[in-house]
Amino acid sequence: MNKGAIIFGATSSIGKALCDQLAAEGYDLFLAGRDRDDLDIMATDLFIRHNIKVVTAKFDADKPQELPKFVHNSIAHLEDCSIAMLCLGSLGKQEDGETRFEEAAVTINRNFTAAAAILMETANAFIEKKSGTIVALSSVAGDRGRQSNYIYGAAKGGLNVYLQGLRNRLASHNVHVITVKPGFIDTAMTYGLPGMFMVAEPRAVAKSIIEAINRRRNIVYVPWFWKWIMLAIKLIPEGLFKKLRL
Amino acid sequence: MPGCKKEKITGWGRFPVSLCETYRPEKISDLTELSSQNGAVTARGSGRSYGDAALCSESALIKFERLNRFRSFDVETGILTTEAGTTLQEILQFCVPGGWFLPVTPGTRYCTVGGCFACDVHGKNHHTDGSFSHHVHQIELLTADNNLITCSREENSDIFCATAGGMGLTGLILSVTLQLVPIETAFIVQHSQRVSGLDHSMEILKKTENENNCSVAWIDCLAKGKDLGRGIVYLGNSAKRMDLSPGQARNPLFLPRPKYYTIPFSCPGWLLNRASIRAFNSLYYKRHPEGEQVKKIIDYNKFYYPLDTLHHWNRMYGRKGFVQYQCVFPDETSKDGLREILECTSAAGAGSFLGVLKRFGALGDGMLSFPMPGFTLALDFAVTKKILPFLDQLDKVVMKWGGRVYLAKDARLSAETFRAMHPNVEEWLAIKKQVDPNNHFTSALGRRLGLS
Ligand SMILES: Cc1cc2nc3c(=O)[nH]c(=O)nc-3n(C[C@H](O)[C@H](O)[C@H](O)COP(=O)(O)OP(=O)(O)OC[C@H]3O[C@@H](n4cnc5c(N)ncnc54)[C@H](O)[C@@H]3O)c2cc1C
Repeated sequence: MNKGAIIFGATSSIGKALCDQLAAEGYDLFLAGRDRDDLDIMATDLFIRHNIKVVTAKFDADKPQELPKFVHNSIAHLEDCSIAMLCLGSLGKQEDGETRFEEAAVTINRNFTAAAAILMETANAFIEKKSGTIVALSSVAGDRGRQSNYIYGAAKGGLNVYLQGLRNRLASHNVHVITVKPGFIDTAMTYGLPGMFMVAEPRAVAKSIIEAINRRRNIVYVPWFWKWIMLAIKLIPEGLFKKLRL
Repeated sequence: MPGCKKEKITGWGRFPVSLCETYRPEKISDLTELSSQNGAVTARGSGRSYGDAALCSESALIKFERLNRFRSFDVETGILTTEAGTTLQEILQFCVPGGWFLPVTPGTRYCTVGGCFACDVHGKNHHTDGSFSHHVHQIELLTADNNLITCSREENSDIFCATAGGMGLTGLILSVTLQLVPIETAFIVQHSQRVSGLDHSMEILKKTENENNCSVAWIDCLAKGKDLGRGIVYLGNSAKRMDLSPGQARNPLFLPRPKYYTIPFSCPGWLLNRASIRAFNSLYYKRHPEGEQVKKIIDYNKFYYPLDTLHHWNRMYGRKGFVQYQCVFPDETSKDGLREILECTSAAGAGSFLGVLKRFGALGDGMLSFPMPGFTLALDFAVTKKILPFLDQLDKVVMKWGGRVYLAKDARLSAETFRAMHPNVEEWLAIKKQVDPNNHFTSALGRRLGLS
């Protein structure tokens, strides 16, 4: 019996890279995502390259109420699900969200509410098994609010706190929780965004994440130097910070 | 809608430079959405064509690099269907351990199957196996009216033939179904030999064409007089198990990871000058033992992709970039044509590191494809003020002897010259008009040559 992993948001750029790495390590995969055609193409590709079992299912992150049931059924589908990865994320448009609440709500729901729904059910399934690793992709944007993306940042910041609490709760159940904070990654979401620097390849990021799983890290920045960049940013006093244009 | 990036784009020769609006879809739905927008589009694989084939300042440039999924593979027959952005490198990594190899490969494994079909590339085995499209069973093509059609020799065969070598101007290639060939080992038996002049090289390439699956000659372009066209001929065949040394035979389909080197920045323009190139060529020529053939068993990377170990080697030619001039002459005129090209080059002192001579076999199905039975020569020239008029002069030589120039390497040919060189342009344009009347698919090269 192969170990299994489930990936929510599998068709995202990082999701794809992670699937490839996990498949190379011999995991059977459950791919959950929004684009059914793309999921099927991915599944075939992973099967041809790595000869693993792959199952796909479509879900809608904009309907969080339906997610716990979806997660429950999905995890049950894998013989031995030992890793759950959460790669959901939607940058949204900050300016739109400043004047139209529907915009802000979509960003908050996709990045936080949907994640909370998935995490709840995953946690309970892993508690029952008394093992497992939960990996959630957050963002360095959640470390400090900036005028250019605080709605997205707030949702990711909320996710960070949720994960902290979850880690604390699950530690005694032998379930491990990893918070991943990516910096600038060369994804479909960030392609063409202004102000990007030291951009990392999804493949390299996926490698670091797998390493973090193997080493049972708690919070990882990818690439690693973002830890120090964010430390510097967090150290700026608020009185000064509020006057900066970031 | 996928994000847009405005960036400066060039081909491998880093000339010309163009400011382009680029997109990089990761899903088929993103690709169809992009292509259904108003306004023209240009397809780009890995940008390993040398000139302006995969760029355009007045269209949406669509990068295929992240559409690289394997769609199906039959272990019995070796038929692989894969998305157009898949690189040859990825295919090799996957298929070699299982005992399969590419039927045809250009001198770099970083290019995509879409680009290889669009340029209908040739390898060192053209004289025995034809060009890339000869081994393609079918393609999926996204057309101007946003339909996804299948093209093969049976279905939409005219579009298939117009797209093979059609430089991406008939539609967006979504996937390619390729026939792989079985191999026993990942090694090549190589025989090399020093040759004293052009006639000698051509004679060997011709004489050995039935015994050797692969052949190529490296030519010293600066040598003059009786040394004109001196060089080294390399002949190769896929190695069988019994050819290998005990060390190699232990794991005949497995190669250790190759070592890579990188040229970190543009070298100063003067680095490659007459004297340095002459010295290099001389050294390279004399390093090879005189007389008899030298036999070596080398892995496929060393044989097919010697340049791939030196990343960014195009930076050697300096900031202004370089152009590669590759032409082919029919059998009857090859000797005269090649001699005149080499004489012109040598006389102008317009030196080139790599002069590569290959033998071509039968014509293929691609309407605008480059190969024809005869000999082809490729030369690199650093871009200078003098070089463009000089290449116009070479065009005249090529036309005079009934040859033609390779579009995958081209950055400067004129529309009239191309029409005069290639017999099938009118026929191709008729199909272009039928499948893409409004020139939705375009490129700087297509516009320059009056093809789109
Ligand atoms: C070191 C080196 C050695 C080489 N050796 C050889 C050789 O031996 N023989 C040979 O024939 N060539 C050779 N080439 C040229 C190279 O193989 C071809 O130019 C190849 O097509 C490049 O592939 P690419 O993916 O980089 O395509 P690009 O350069 O990105 O594009 C080439 C053309 O294909 C079109 N295209 C790309 N993808 C698609 C698509 N999905 N749909 C429609 N159109 C598309 C583009 O519009 C463009 O016209 C060599 C190049 C280098 C750099």
